[in-house]
Amino acid sequence: MTLMKKTAAELQALLHNREVSVKEVTEDSFKQIAALDGKVKAFLALTEEEALAKAEALDNSSIEGRGPLFGLPIGIKDNIVTKGTATTCASKMLENFVPVYNATAVEKVNDAGMVSVGKLNMDEFAMGSTTERSAFQTTHNPWNLDCVPGGSSGGSAAAVAAGEVPFSLGTDTGGSVRQPAAFCGVVGMKPTYGRVSRSGLVAFASSLDQIGPITRTVEDNALLLNAISGVDHRDSSSSPQQVPDFKAALTGDIKGLRIAVPKEYLGEGIEEDVKDKVRASLKVLESLGASIGEVTLPHSKYASSTYYTIATAEASSNLARFDGIRYGYRSESAKNLEEIYLRSRSEGFGTEVKKRIMYGTYALSADHHEELYVKAMKVRTLIAQDFASVFNNYDVIVGPTSATTAYEIGGVAENQVTLYANDILTVSVNLAGIPAISIPCGFSNGLPVGLQIIGKHFDEALIYKVAHAFEQATDFHKRTPSIGEGTN
Amino acid sequence: MTKFTAEDVHYFANFAKLTFSDQEAEVFSEIISELVEFGDALKEVDTDNIEPMTHPLQMFNVLREDVPQDVLDRDEMLASVKEHEDGMIKVPNIL
Repeated sequence: MTLMKKTAAELQALLHNREVSVKEVTEDSFKQIAALDGKVKAFLALTEEEALAKAEALDNSSIEGRGPLFGLPIGIKDNIVTKGTATTCASKMLENFVPVYNATAVEKVNDAGMVSVGKLNMDEFAMGSTTERSAFQTTHNPWNLDCVPGGSSGGSAAAVAAGEVPFSLGTDTGGSVRQPAAFCGVVGMKPTYGRVSRSGLVAFASSLDQIGPITRTVEDNALLLNAISGVDHRDSSSSPQQVPDFKAALTGDIKGLRIAVPKEYLGEGIEEDVKDKVRASLKVLESLGASIGEVTLPHSKYASSTYYTIATAEASSNLARFDGIRYGYRSESAKNLEEIYLRSRSEGFGTEVKKRIMYGTYALSADHHEELYVKAMKVRTLIAQDFASVFNNYDVIVGPTSATTAYEIGGVAENQVTLYANDILTVSVNLAGIPAISIPCGFSNGLPVGLQIIGKHFDEALIYKVAHAFEQATDFHKRTPSIGEGTN
Repeated sequence: MTKFTAEDVHYFANFAKLTFSDQEAEVFSEIISELVEFGDALKEVDTDNIEPMTHPLQMFNVLREDVPQDVLDRDEMLASVKEHEDGMIKVPNIL
């Protein structure tokens, strides 16, 4: 049985009793990857040599000061910069880009004694929700290899679900941690905007992006968020808000908790089977002492249009930096400076990225700026106010993470509006800047269903408390896909 | 709905420093027309007297001491640069 399906606490016990070494844990991760990733295709790059060297150094280090994540393997989404290891954003534009510094979140997982084993696949520049938009490979869902893992952090979710690594970092701009976590049956947290430094996260939409942990269990997720949170002078939008010990919140006691269920989240467009699993989950939470009330988030139906306008506008500005001059792809055929810009960008970016840059440019143009970009920022205020008024009377909001379970690879038509409509459950959380988690809450035709728990700004501790209480009362997190069975 | 034409594609591509063949422009005009229609849904929302939300957290004047920090190594940075000379990045002659 692989070590990669054990929890942090179980692995620490084994390490502490010297039943395994950090090197053996690390080797086990690479063994799992070698056995499974040919099918799952979660990793874009492996850093085996560096990882094993670090593991040996950790084995020889002092016992003093070892934390709960010491010596444990982690995979990093490929839009988070890693010094000396290519960071491609799954784009031809950055195929050969080797960063000269580490993202703050990467520094923090290193400081916690974690061992990074490699970089994880994603939709190009995090633009997509299936990981099919990667310029390099399509990641497969470990529960059913014919299905997508979700996206854009599809590699991060699939690697954890398959048992290749117990931890990964993803990023969430409009649901990109939570939706793949739901599709792959793992735990994914989108922290409050500002909770985790964005320094070293390749920017997609700066007012929405957050790095978040993906794990098998709620406790492991809390431990990883503990490690990566906190103010950072390299990101002036990171918050000086105190970081509580998220693990301390996992008491199992949710008596008296007031849960709001927005009627829009169990409405039209959500698969019946998904609704059934969510309703059953609410019963579980009720049996643990929570009360449930129906609420409305009246501006939900505009969330997707608001999100696409703001996210593409910010992306068109952020992605202007890729000009073929200082780093990244430079077209061979360009003869002058203007041609370097035009051809490098046109050859380096994929269709989805170009589409979003184009619409963002349109939304920011002098003729349309007021009616689109500024209008969207005003609707964003209304969406945030909807949440605030619910939180006047309730502690958390609960609903599905995604309208459906994982779709078949290639099965989602190029009909972008259908895909976009799916986002309604997740994007409003990013627009409001609040935290939300996805945890496994059932299966439909053998594919996992995700339960989303949304909280107030900086109230991740309460979200974890609720998620953990639910997890302890159910056994969905204990099920693993058959692809990982029989390895080791 | 507002049709985003192939001419519009060429016009906005110029601002975005992208270039499209006429054939690609036709394809993108369809794709972006759908997005324009999608974004137009916002027009029906009453936003009179609503302030735009520019940032999810209200934070002002985030300052730090004015001392150099995290200075990156120039040679390491130049390793990613396609063409450089004497520590400077080379581009084609622009005059």
